[in-house]
Amino acid sequence: MSTTTIAGHSVNVNDEGFMTEYDEWNEDLGRELASMIGIDELTAEHWEAINFLRGDFAERSETPTLRRVTKVGGIPTKQLFVLFPKKPAKKMAYVAGLPKPKGCV
Amino acid sequence: MRQLLVLGAGTAGTIAVNKLRRRLPDDEWTITVVDSKPEHHYQPGYLFIPFGTYQPDEVIKPKAQLITNGVDLIIGEVDVVKPDESIVVLVDGAELSYDQLIIATGTHPRLDQTEGLDSRHYGETIHDFYTLDGATRLAEVLDGWKGGRLVVNIVEMPIKCPVAALEFMFLADAFFKERGIRDKVELTYVTPLDGAFTKPLAAGYLGDMLDRRQIALETDFMTMEADGDRKMLVSYDEREIPYDLLVTVPVNMGADFVDRSGLGDELNHVEVDRHTFLSDGHDNIFALGDAANLPTSKAGSVAHFAVDVFVDNFVQHIKGLPMTGSFDGHANCFIETGNGKGMLIDFNYDVEPLPGKYPLPGIGPFSLLKETPANHWGKRGFKWTYWNVLLPGRHLPFGPDMSTKGKRMQEMASS
Repeated sequence: MSTTTIAGHSVNVNDEGFMTEYDEWNEDLGRELASMIGIDELTAEHWEAINFLRGDFAERSETPTLRRVTKVGGIPTKQLFVLFPKKPAKKMAYVAGLPKPKGCV
Repeated sequence: MRQLLVLGAGTAGTIAVNKLRRRLPDDEWTITVVDSKPEHHYQPGYLFIPFGTYQPDEVIKPKAQLITNGVDLIIGEVDVVKPDESIVVLVDGAELSYDQLIIATGTHPRLDQTEGLDSRHYGETIHDFYTLDGATRLAEVLDGWKGGRLVVNIVEMPIKCPVAALEFMFLADAFFKERGIRDKVELTYVTPLDGAFTKPLAAGYLGDMLDRRQIALETDFMTMEADGDRKMLVSYDEREIPYDLLVTVPVNMGADFVDRSGLGDELNHVEVDRHTFLSDGHDNIFALGDAANLPTSKAGSVAHFAVDVFVDNFVQHIKGLPMTGSFDGHANCFIETGNGKGMLIDFNYDVEPLPGKYPLPGIGPFSLLKETPANHWGKRGFKWTYWNVLLPGRHLPFGPDMSTKGKRMQEMASS
């Protein structure tokens, strides 16, 4: 755990750079985090995914899996790979300021 | 009379009814268990069938034989649970009412969830070994196989017995060596995880074991489809892996009635408290074993440890007392590694698999995270223990809580 400054805000992050405090996040931070992993513009579709993740986490205290974003959030998996290339589950969580989804057991 | 209804007579359901019958007075409680199939399968045995080590009839017993006197067994398919009315409706229209309900219908491989798996190529160039039919068919194919590219892929986590796919690789390596055709076989292990296993330290050990056997490891591979005509496994990020023989571990899902009853998550696993297994929002519904959405391995060993904790809790719960037992997520798995050796891992929600000795600290006889002949015989001897000790609900010489005694804690990975 450590603190870092992103978009002028001091925030808590873990050693992989995932934010650890749900309430420290805001949309500006989301844009900045996205640009740090090579996503220069967040479109309405990106926000739909991010907002689903944030809302679902608030209810269940757990970062949703890709399947959950697809089934409950209604965004096709293929589309998530387009929006957040290569590793959508991790990248979405990173941008949304949520813990990395747990490697399943 | 009060009624306990149990759905599913697999590992968890069978142990639960056998233990509970001894704890619930006959003149106060009836116990009924419903299952769609009359036969119980020793599922850990599936792994050995493709290599001819076990024959299919060695892993089957009639359920009626495994369930204690005083428990009614109904063979039937569940249509829906109506929690508000405390009723379970079967597909044939029968209605069963309950005072307490335990859902133990497991989790099941679903070829239909991935494009191309449930196709005309299944049983030809596409196989699975998590069903008795699949494992049996694969045995016939491997027996006559001349070599080529054998790819094993895990479509999505969680799967039941997450080590079995790795064991399959180790056993395949040994099998082809013994047949003198290892040099004609390319083995590739494909996983959606970022390493060979879910837990960091064990992932390191198991990754090295793949390396030493020259088994290729393809990580972060989210399978989109198996293109059977081109014999190509395709990921969502458009990577392609060619195969001659694909042995797939499909998406695992809980029973469809769980979804229809509004009790499940997106994989139809029942949402429960991870320490007591009480269903979220229902005071008289529990889920045990693989059917529950616990963040631990889906495995018989977990079900067994979990039921130990559950039975005491349940007796408190029906008396209106708070449940004082708390399950710690304890799992242990023998991992068959080929050539007469095996490995053992032991872990829970909070502590990953560590090296050391089990169950007696410093003595064993089993070694954790290490390949030894004793571990192999532990695994092979487990079939007898399963039928004769575990399912009847008899005592094993170690309790449900995981112990860190005899383990080298300093090796815990930092993540």
